[in-house]
Amino acid sequence: MNTASHALDHHDGHHPAGLLRWLTTTNHKDIGTMYLTFSLLMFFVGGAMILGVRAELFQPGLQLMKPEFFNQLIGVHALVMIFAALMPAATGFANWMIPLMIGAPDMALPRLNNWGFWLLPPAALLLTMPFFLALFGIGDGAVATGWTLYAPLSVQGGIGVDFAIFSIHILGISSIMGSINIIATILNMRAPGMTLMKMPLFCWGWLVTAVLLIITLPVLAGGVTMLLTDRHFDTHFFNAAGGGDPILFQHLFWFFGHPEVYILLLPVWGLMPHVLSTFTRKPIYGHTAQVWSFIAIGVLGLIVWAHHFLTSGLPVPALLYFMYSTMSISLPLAVLFFCWIATMWRGAMSFETPMLFALGFIVLFGIAGLTGLVLADVAADAQYHHSYFVVAHFHYALFAGGIMGVMTGVYYWLPKWTGHMYSEKLGKLHFWLTVISFNFTFMPQFFLGLAGMPRRIPDYALQFAEFNAISTVGAFALGLSQLIFAYNVWRCVKGGDKATDRVWEGTEGLEWELSSPPPHHSWETQPVIKAG
Amino acid sequence: MREAALNPPPHRHGRLVIRLLLVAAAFFAFGFALVPLYDTLCRAVGFNGKTLKDAIQAKDVPPSAVNYARNLGVQFTSTLMPGLPWEIRPLEPSIELHPGELRTTRFLVRNLSDQTIVGQAVPSVSPTVAARHFRKLDCFCFKQQTLAPGESREMALTFVVDGDIGEEISELTLAYAFFPAPNPN
Repeated sequence: MNTASHALDHHDGHHPAGLLRWLTTTNHKDIGTMYLTFSLLMFFVGGAMILGVRAELFQPGLQLMKPEFFNQLIGVHALVMIFAALMPAATGFANWMIPLMIGAPDMALPRLNNWGFWLLPPAALLLTMPFFLALFGIGDGAVATGWTLYAPLSVQGGIGVDFAIFSIHILGISSIMGSINIIATILNMRAPGMTLMKMPLFCWGWLVTAVLLIITLPVLAGGVTMLLTDRHFDTHFFNAAGGGDPILFQHLFWFFGHPEVYILLLPVWGLMPHVLSTFTRKPIYGHTAQVWSFIAIGVLGLIVWAHHFLTSGLPVPALLYFMYSTMSISLPLAVLFFCWIATMWRGAMSFETPMLFALGFIVLFGIAGLTGLVLADVAADAQYHHSYFVVAHFHYALFAGGIMGVMTGVYYWLPKWTGHMYSEKLGKLHFWLTVISFNFTFMPQFFLGLAGMPRRIPDYALQFAEFNAISTVGAFALGLSQLIFAYNVWRCVKGGDKATDRVWEGTEGLEWELSSPPPHHSWETQPVIKAG
Repeated sequence: MREAALNPPPHRHGRLVIRLLLVAAAFFAFGFALVPLYDTLCRAVGFNGKTLKDAIQAKDVPPSAVNYARNLGVQFTSTLMPGLPWEIRPLEPSIELHPGELRTTRFLVRNLSDQTIVGQAVPSVSPTVAARHFRKLDCFCFKQQTLAPGESREMALTFVVDGDIGEEISELTLAYAFFPAPNPN
């Protein structure tokens, strides 16, 4: 962070210093840094919550907490990880990298950008505040419905639900503003000669993400607004006695909730080919195919939502439609996998930390994809629905796919951002500890789910004890390993070996033509991309 | 702003931003439009086992429509939702009828509390595709029911199952969930 302030000196010396600089900044690099810092902080907050859950599940029976508190922890863990850790991390990447990659001087709407970030801390505060209010005897704690907020449970819940609803409203406004900004930047501010099809894949992944956000988040906002009026203003959107339908909430929620998975993953899928190409010293294979896969996944992602509630009593034709459309997503996703593998094929590979994380991502995210096919099968889903199999599946998708993908990006770009190399030794240690303890945590949960252990229950039958104990030990190892990551990032921000402008041997793209760290204001004169 | 002066001619983002905001607003409206759309769709194709809301007239079920060649089993069940201290049961748990035949059955309700309470029954048919073939001439679920303390009452349901209901259906279940009325008035 202080490296960026050096760059300040020889540019706009009249910028405010200290805290005021961060409050008022409209610089995409400063805002990107704030998003990433906030994300890392909330990653530990969400992680601490789930370690409480895993501690309770270490043994059968109730040892540490009441079931009500357990329910609050799982729901807020998910909301924090999705809305306050993963999404801001991806937005931080977008802020930092998109202008550098497309040769733009800044984001299209810098003030909106600042506002978009500063909505996040109050939203996170709203979400977690009921925990603390409960300590003073106000209310009965945070939202205890799980992150899905299903009616009628959420209609009956305590004040935690209201806090969560308002928090989602604010987070939604922030994300929609961020998305508008990214689309405007990408469509209007690319360097002359950079056609859309020549645009780097990371920007493409984000463009599709931003469109999905603008389409789906307002529907969630509408859904939780109906929930709010059902709770307080005597409407009956979800109240069967008044003519409403609780299943309607599931439709509204998952119309957002399923594309949300791709919202979290598309920026990572966009980043992967850059990393793989760099560390195999080969150009990206299948740029166009990957662009069309992103678009296909975005479109298909919008029309498969009901596979999240295949067991809710949908009629058979609807079940078949949602099953086959869900399975068809594996086709464009397979195109991405094959492009990643083809990019590496016969390359001169080296295994620096970002490459290790990218390879770990491909293998583990592949497991998420395959188990997802099992869940999409209507006949099989009747058994697996709401079991630990689902929990394991989406953690392979969102931890191994999402968070390890984000860590790939952090290790890959950190030297560019700070001008220093991180410790490769600590990075590799972090990778191996993460990947081993991750599998110790979540692999047993597949077996638990197959054996019939339901999710979201603080107690379980005795035969599940061994796998739960292994999973808890794994979870604590996984959580503690992330401290190495935080320390490594901190060390790298503070100093270390000087990074070159290109940082890695095989890098390609405009962002690597700038100095490391890039000046506070970059690409004031736009570069020109030659035709061909 | 000084940076702006250094740039090539500043981009105009206003129109794009307004269009994107309109998309977001349209999808916010779409969320609310889903409420009637979903309801219409469910009734039209029988998703969710929603039965037709409005009563039909006796003249709409001519005796000639009865299909004596087929027998159909109809079961009745009832559930009380939390907060309603009542007792409810169908007087005939299951009956046999011919498609197209007009039938009346009764449910017994009793208020177990010492307060006057208003309840609302919500029907659901399974298998769900049978719902749109289940037509009611009269039903206690058409309006809220008020029971005095300790009062018990027999409530009637007069219905007909369409003569043209699919051959694959030989048995159907009508379930009532009794809710405390949301707006006792």
